[in-house]
Amino acid sequence: MSDNKKVVVYVRLKDGVLDPQGVTIHKALIQMGYTDFVSVRSGRFFELEIDDSGGDIDRKIDEVCSKLLANPVIEKYVVEKA
Amino acid sequence: MKVGVVTFPGSNCDYDSYTAVKHILEEEVEFLWHKSTDLAGSDLVILPGGFAYGDYLRAGAIARFSLIMEKVIKFAYSGGMVIGICNGFQVLTECGLLPGALMRNHHLRFSCKFVYLRVEDNTGRFTNACRKHEVLKIPIAHGEGNYFYHDDVVRALEENGQVAFRYVDRTGEVTDEANPNGSLNNIAGIVNREGNVLGMMPHPERAVESIIGSVDGLKVFESVRAACVQVAGAGGK
Repeated sequence: MSDNKKVVVYVRLKDGVLDPQGVTIHKALIQMGYTDFVSVRSGRFFELEIDDSGGDIDRKIDEVCSKLLANPVIEKYVVEKA
Repeated sequence: MKVGVVTFPGSNCDYDSYTAVKHILEEEVEFLWHKSTDLAGSDLVILPGGFAYGDYLRAGAIARFSLIMEKVIKFAYSGGMVIGICNGFQVLTECGLLPGALMRNHHLRFSCKFVYLRVEDNTGRFTNACRKHEVLKIPIAHGEGNYFYHDDVVRALEENGQVAFRYVDRTGEVTDEANPNGSLNNIAGIVNREGNVLGMMPHPERAVESIIGSVDGLKVFESVRAACVQVAGAGGK
């Protein structure tokens, strides 16, 4: 059995940053008749499997998120431990 | 002037840049493979358009960690001239050589057409062959060219004269209709604080012969050539 650590990283646009995809999806929902849906924000997630025997894993996860997975200029991220 | 054109896997405007420099400007030019760690003595490095590493994750996000980029970043920090065109501009913002980010076009479509650019500052290394507020006709071809950053940073860019080009109509007016992607303040191209790194979404290398619609892009390269001569004259390389 693998005892690797698993985390999920959710990356989304910061509040206030226009999300044209979310807006377009929302427009489609309205057109489909789902008028009770007020807004849509899109994002993406990453499932990471980590051999944590090297230690210092939280710092490494944070680095990976801020250096690569998310662009801190426009995006924010949340790490969810499985 | 010696020019190095970086080729990432997925670059598709590297030959356009190479051809413009070699056959139109008639200057020395060399391709620089993304795994290389040698800039081959370039005076100017061009990060070309395309879809480096498939634009996976975000445009430019993977390319910025390629081996050649370590050298390009060092080169830029030591004052070397770098132009990022389209995808190259995205690489420059991802690696932090230029501020801001290029987001999905506000209308979500890929936009491929000629646009008009106004030269906002003609004293820089990339624009000295232009007249102040000259209007250039240069094509764009991108889906993610929507320049964005926080208001205070954009204000600083404006105040420092770092906005090189702005999308305008053919008469030089900044209008919403002339903005092809939703960029803040109609920004089409910016330079870093030191003025040796330019990022622009439009493709000057595709506007170098009248038979393909415009020769206005040549002015960017001619400006760099003039800047190189000036450096040489001042006792530089």
